[in-house]
Amino acid sequence: MRDALGEALIELGDKYKELFVVDADSASHTRVKEFAERYSERFVNVGISEQDLIGVAAGLASCGKVVIACAYAIFLLRAWEQIRNTVARARLDVKIIGTHSGISNYGDGASHQSIEDIALMRVLPNMVVVVPADAVELKCALESIIKYPAPAYMRIGRDKDHAVYEECDFKLGIANVLKDGSDATVIAVGSMVFEALKAAQELKAKGIDVSVIDLHTIKPIDHHTIIKYARHTGAVVTAEEHSVIGGLGSAVAEIICEEYPVPMRKVGIDDVFGRSSRSLKELRDKLGLTSMSIVRAVEEVVRGR
Amino acid sequence: MLILSEVGRGRNISLTGLLRNLSRREGIPLSTLKLNARILRELGLIRIVEEEGMRIVRLTPLGHFMLGLLKDDVKDIRVDGELITFLKEKAKAIRKHVLRMILEAEMGHLGASLSIVEILVSLYFAKMRYDIRDPWWPFRDRLLLSKGHAAPALYATLAEAGFIKKEVLMTFRDVKSPLQGHPDMGIPGVDMVSGSLGQCLSIACGMALALKRDRIPAKVYVILGDGELDEGQVWEAAMTTSKYGLDNLIAIVDRNEFQQEGRTEEIKPLEPLSLKWLAFGWYVFEVNGHDFRELLWALNEADKVRQRPCVIIAHTIKGRGFPPAEGNNEYHSKPIDGRTLKAWGFAL
Repeated sequence: MRDALGEALIELGDKYKELFVVDADSASHTRVKEFAERYSERFVNVGISEQDLIGVAAGLASCGKVVIACAYAIFLLRAWEQIRNTVARARLDVKIIGTHSGISNYGDGASHQSIEDIALMRVLPNMVVVVPADAVELKCALESIIKYPAPAYMRIGRDKDHAVYEECDFKLGIANVLKDGSDATVIAVGSMVFEALKAAQELKAKGIDVSVIDLHTIKPIDHHTIIKYARHTGAVVTAEEHSVIGGLGSAVAEIICEEYPVPMRKVGIDDVFGRSSRSLKELRDKLGLTSMSIVRAVEEVVRGR
Repeated sequence: MLILSEVGRGRNISLTGLLRNLSRREGIPLSTLKLNARILRELGLIRIVEEEGMRIVRLTPLGHFMLGLLKDDVKDIRVDGELITFLKEKAKAIRKHVLRMILEAEMGHLGASLSIVEILVSLYFAKMRYDIRDPWWPFRDRLLLSKGHAAPALYATLAEAGFIKKEVLMTFRDVKSPLQGHPDMGIPGVDMVSGSLGQCLSIACGMALALKRDRIPAKVYVILGDGELDEGQVWEAAMTTSKYGLDNLIAIVDRNEFQQEGRTEEIKPLEPLSLKWLAFGWYVFEVNGHDFRELLWALNEADKVRQRPCVIIAHTIKGRGFPPAEGNNEYHSKPIDGRTLKAWGFAL
């Protein structure tokens, strides 16, 4: 995913001459290094200081620049209060990109994994929150948030996620329905969109036909599609590489329970920290971020209906 | 820094005598000067030598070198007397507004507002370029009030400058008022939100970078509280600003020596403050923050500095101009009452 970010920034840097990238000394890891080399006059490295990163980005934005502030997702949260009190409150055109989000940084362990960022960003007034499912969607999403004049947060994983899209199909705030089925709806984001599609196939073999929705924009949330599919299928399962507290599942539940209550289950990280692992697969299995967990959750809601 | 340059004059005087003179002349408490002098000795910048039976104070070779870097030896202050009279009138009007606003709202930070009045007046009435009809004029000089709790002083200054109507001032902190307790976007003339301490130097740094890249010859001024310097982000920003050699950024530290819970030197000692900034790559001025001649001198000198950001450490008195609040930290955020105001001769 980082490679896709690097490539996208090169293209967008050419297209948008006011685009700046601010970095907190992780350019080679977040893959913004190429942008730094190509457009050095529009690249700022503030050193290992995330609070300063957000402030400098805010200052640039207040002078009419479109600013990408990029760092490891978890370390950006160190500047959450700066994001809240400056970027969100003043509604500045800063696009915050958290890389290595979720548990995608499996080797480094809990200190480097970010499983709270969706919750902490979506609670902020004025903030747009986007979670692309793959490299194709990332590129379109990035251009969309650049064009949208408001603060935004985009979370991306470390490595390339399994491909979901062949071509770009992204409208900010409008969910993508990837599969139509009538027994239940699986709403997923990020790496779990692929798992949801996989689960749909496995469920089909069991005679359960589910809809799959990529809710790439968590804020502003697509009320319409969520309610439509809750009504249409009568059961909802959410899936995210994030804590089950405060993330996608909570956002969807807030809408469902108020507007159209149906049986619901959340697949995600169950209020625990991650840990080190030598492979991503082993860690995903351990934390239950698999198609199998989605299958099980769907079976539960369908049975409970 | 004041001590260094005073010692640098090379007069045969004891350290205590020198500090006492300096305290009287500059209005800085003797205890602060003594503390600084002790630190300067520990740093090996000054030493006590015996000459003809007298213990006198001298610079060390390192002290000479540091003084050369500071270049504070020529305070050539030639400012038009009429301008000074005009600025004093403005300061008086702004202090009145501030007292009335806090009286009316029954809340607000009085002490911190009154200590920066001369700083704001120097900037808005003798230094900065702006257009009150076009508050977002891209070529304007910017002002960021990092110590956002001094918002009443900023609003009163903006009203005197003509950005907002004076009547609006009396709505400060009212639920229907645009004048928030801390600076907010949407108030004409307010260049940046603040309120959470320690953030504006980073923002100013981003602004100064953008202005440089766009070749806009505007300045970014940022007023920092001294208590606020406890925040680590200030020093992150100090390093970034000096890395990029942003000579279009000028920070002014309101050195009133108090923070919410007491004296800065007791809570988290800042001294030697000018040497800290110097070590971070800044050009340092140190002035009396209530003296327009000194403030304007420093602001004008700062314009001449190239490739380095400047900081002006402005020694001030918290609560200046309202006798019961002067140097009295009880008035940090204590409301005032009409009777006290009247008793002190403030007819509002």
